[in-house]
Amino acid sequence: MITPRLAAGSLLLAATCLALPVNAETLRLAIMGEPASLDPHKISGTWENDVVGDLFEGLVTEAADGTRIPGVAESWEVAEDGTTYTFTLREDAAWSDGTPVTADDFVFAFRRILDPATAASYAYLLYPVKNAEAVFKGDAEPGALGIEALDDHTLEIRLERSTPYFLDQLAHYTAYPVPRHVVEAHGDDWSSPEHMVTNGAFALQKWQSQTRIEATRNPHFHDAENVALDEVIYFPIEERNTALNRFRAGEIDIAREFPTQQYAWLQENLPEAVQVAPYLGIYYYVFNARGDSATADPRVREALSLAVRREVITDQILGTGEEPAYGFVPPNVAHYEGAELDFADLSQEERLTRARTLMEEAGYGPDNPLELLLRYNTSEDHRKVAIALAAMWKPLGVEVELYNAEVAVHYADIRQGDFDVARAGWIGDYNDAQNFLSLLEGGVANNYGAYQNDAFDALMDQAAETQDTDARAELMAEAEAQALADNATLPLYYYVSRNLVSPTLSGWQTNIEDIHRSRWIDFEE
Amino acid sequence: MTTDTALSTPDIAGDSLAHEAWRRLRQNRAATASLVLLALVALACIAGPWLTPWTLDEVDWNAFLSAPSAADGHYAGTDANGRDLLTRVLHGGRVSLSVALVATFVSLVIGVLYGAVAGYLGGRVDTLMMRFVDIMYSLPFMFLVILLMVVFGRNILLIYAAIGAVEWLDMSRIVRGQVLALKRREFVEAAQALGVRRHTIVTRHLIPNALGPVVVYVTLTVPKVILLESFLSFLGLGVQEPLTSWGVLISEGKDMMETAPWMLLVPSALLATTLLCLNFLGDGLRDALDPKTR
Amino acid sequence: MLRYTLTRLLQAIPTLWIVITLSFFLMHLAPGGPFDGERQLPPEIEANLMATYHLDEPVWQQYLIYMGNLVQGDLGPSFKYKDFTVTELVSQGFPVSLELGFWAIGLALLIGLPLGVIAALRRNSTVDYLVMGTALAGVAVPNFVIAPLLALVFGVILGWLPVGGWNDGAWPNLVLPVVALSIQQIAYIARMMRASMIEILGSHFIRTARAKGLTETEVIWRHALRPAMLPVVSYLGPAIAGIITGSVVIEQIFGIPGIGRYFVQAALNRDYTLVMGTVVFYGALIVLLNLLVDLLYSALDPQIRYDD
Repeated sequence: MITPRLAAGSLLLAATCLALPVNAETLRLAIMGEPASLDPHKISGTWENDVVGDLFEGLVTEAADGTRIPGVAESWEVAEDGTTYTFTLREDAAWSDGTPVTADDFVFAFRRILDPATAASYAYLLYPVKNAEAVFKGDAEPGALGIEALDDHTLEIRLERSTPYFLDQLAHYTAYPVPRHVVEAHGDDWSSPEHMVTNGAFALQKWQSQTRIEATRNPHFHDAENVALDEVIYFPIEERNTALNRFRAGEIDIAREFPTQQYAWLQENLPEAVQVAPYLGIYYYVFNARGDSATADPRVREALSLAVRREVITDQILGTGEEPAYGFVPPNVAHYEGAELDFADLSQEERLTRARTLMEEAGYGPDNPLELLLRYNTSEDHRKVAIALAAMWKPLGVEVELYNAEVAVHYADIRQGDFDVARAGWIGDYNDAQNFLSLLEGGVANNYGAYQNDAFDALMDQAAETQDTDARAELMAEAEAQALADNATLPLYYYVSRNLVSPTLSGWQTNIEDIHRSRWIDFEE
Repeated sequence: MTTDTALSTPDIAGDSLAHEAWRRLRQNRAATASLVLLALVALACIAGPWLTPWTLDEVDWNAFLSAPSAADGHYAGTDANGRDLLTRVLHGGRVSLSVALVATFVSLVIGVLYGAVAGYLGGRVDTLMMRFVDIMYSLPFMFLVILLMVVFGRNILLIYAAIGAVEWLDMSRIVRGQVLALKRREFVEAAQALGVRRHTIVTRHLIPNALGPVVVYVTLTVPKVILLESFLSFLGLGVQEPLTSWGVLISEGKDMMETAPWMLLVPSALLATTLLCLNFLGDGLRDALDPKTR
Repeated sequence: MLRYTLTRLLQAIPTLWIVITLSFFLMHLAPGGPFDGERQLPPEIEANLMATYHLDEPVWQQYLIYMGNLVQGDLGPSFKYKDFTVTELVSQGFPVSLELGFWAIGLALLIGLPLGVIAALRRNSTVDYLVMGTALAGVAVPNFVIAPLLALVFGVILGWLPVGGWNDGAWPNLVLPVVALSIQQIAYIARMMRASMIEILGSHFIRTARAKGLTETEVIWRHALRPAMLPVVSYLGPAIAGIITGSVVIEQIFGIPGIGRYFVQAALNRDYTLVMGTVVFYGALIVLLNLLVDLLYSALDPQIRYDD
């Protein structure tokens, strides 16, 4: 390949040079931020998952459509009571330096991520594992952790209790193995390009911070012969418009997000590249249920929820195919039939009438208007939604003060309870209703509004103890109905994933978790 | 600013300098046109929001992102929230212009006081004070402003003060230079020796010499401040909704340049007009007030 | 000259100290911390982390620790980019920012100076109005509008140049960001050059030179140009500051891995060490560049001597 620097004698020459097709087996992928790290134990963002998920493979992994398929484990057995898993690791699983991947690498990885010194922000995902929480909080020795290498290729994991979504979770990066021999040799430096050794379809070559990450096909990967791409280059691009422009200019093949406001334009001009699909996430507003806030009154919460015209927000303000939310758990969540707000079938007039009555009952009216502090974190879409909410509450005589802050301040402040209503969102860590509903359990850190209902908590506890999938789902649905009846939060819409994928690619399949591993991608001839 | 040429100009008795400067300014067509345009922009921003059929945060549920049209009363179209763009642009003008004026005023007060004291006292105090200004010059000030905005949130009063606090350095240097020159006032002594009356000396030599560069500098500071405010808005550190400013509007509009160009064009046009006019006016004022070009 | 340089460098130390101290306390005053975010760490872990980074100690103590490390040249680890130290991040980003800034200043001088001279020589003619009008347009539009506009026209629509990315500083990647960054400075420099050229051309010694029978070209090249450039040279200090500020925007829009955008990101992420690292670095850089500008000034202006 000729580099532009060498070929560029004139602008024209440079232009023709750039217009040449680049090496057809190199995928250029725009990820939506600079990874904080490539160490699977130190990350928390979806954009980091895009890279790290290509570099590593867990016991279980994702197929092109996101369903779980065997990864490093070729088979497994689950004990009767659902608390013991025995995995048989494939013989040909190897690190990119040729060293075999052994059960011990998993034991090492699990102990490392749950080591309080690692301070992994996502370690809590492994809490289903026996003693994980105690180890993480420093109350138990790492050896007490319920994971054991029976031999090089047999791994046993014991759980606290039967956890139906545990296998799904094993595909998550928190459960990836790390190469013990490399980590012990280089310490925290092991994930630098010169040392890093991985067991996924691709191996890290180069990382220029804020510009590009290059990975090439890992010849030692067990399925290497079916990986079509020779190379993947990840470009961290935070500005959504820049990503779109670079996609349009042919500088990248996949953009992992595009600006909502360009959707109409894209549908018209690049319809074959736009990939929009339901996404496992809920966009909602938190009501502050703490005593001193007006929204501690359930009537006020209901009135505010009633007055919101969700369809206007999804169709007019965002217009990217989001689905209005009348429940808290997104549809399409596995093994779950969710509850719905009881006013979902009412017309807008009926809702508004009821809202007015409720506001009067709560003691608000023209003489005593309700004043609310609405907080949202900095983002074009959040801003638009916040403005729309303020306008929709106006007919109720609500006076809204809008306050916008960057993400760190936003969440720090709302955890302190310094708000009445605040923007929040949750993308599922795994495909299970429990991951969403646990946000509303009393005393949970991410229960920003401090909603507290003992009946809800009891139902969730009961569900956790229930092994039967259907019975468990029913209990959770009951809990969700309770939270909705209390108007614990104000659900607005269910997220969609928005990707731009070059039509020259094959192997891209939209899925609810929006997980796309490069090993399935190929260029069409 | 040298003063020797002031002596070589013939003394036109009875024609005060302000008058003469005004006359010369009016002869400068670009400057006059700028002044008129600026007045119009200011007037539109002050009165406009009352005259448009919509209010700042009123949502037209039937017109999201609609193009400019006289039929529905959105003469400059609407934004993504269905709010009338003309109303918002004019309202944003109030914010931008007031930020510019207040911040410039803050810088003027600090700069004039500081510069005058340094120049008047002279000697070691002067050296020390100017050394301090030199030191301040080498602070990465923009970074401090950003930090201030991060620390204290997006507060419009803070924007005023922070920008003002950044911009006073040049002003203090200019004023000091003027005061030093006036203190020496060779030309003043010379004028006295020629028998020119005290009143004439003050109006003809002292005030214009001190005031001229300051006025010129003010017209150059205002556009700088407007741009600075828009820079902060781009970084997401602008004023809080529903308030807006030209910077905020332009930075919203830049992402829509293909799909909803009016969102970029309308606020940009007003901003550009204002900045251009201020620059032309500054040039015109300099020509009109500078004794050397007389 | 050497003594002057050394004195200035010594004076830079208290300046930098003021900047660092001010930024340090401002940063730590800001609400939120480096470990705040959508998903909270268990309190035990957070306490653990805070202790590791001394964040649980009083701010003044943290300040002393930081200054102690700084004196030893240790800028600490980045809170956000966990695989890098601040020194690594800054030393990766700085050459990029420097290259960008160097070309931007170069282009601004290369275009701004001749434009100003031409306008001054043809004062109040159509050429003058045309040149100055165009230059002024550069001041009238914020660079965060110019940058995406350039990217759209030359990158997306015409396809002549890359829309973004750095590509190790290959020149096609440099063109748009450099142009976007220099447009404003071109305008300022052209205006300044025009004004000072007009002033010089009207001065006594030029009249003398003309009276001696030198041709107009000789007058301009031999006598007018050098003194006319002095105000521009003294403007280079602020120009550099302006370029640095502008690079925050340009680096973000074109996705260039310089240190300008680190600063804003880091401030928003409460990445204390990275914020401080950028401040220290920029502070030192500005001090150094200002010194260079002053030395250049003295080299050009025979009336100024720093040797006393």
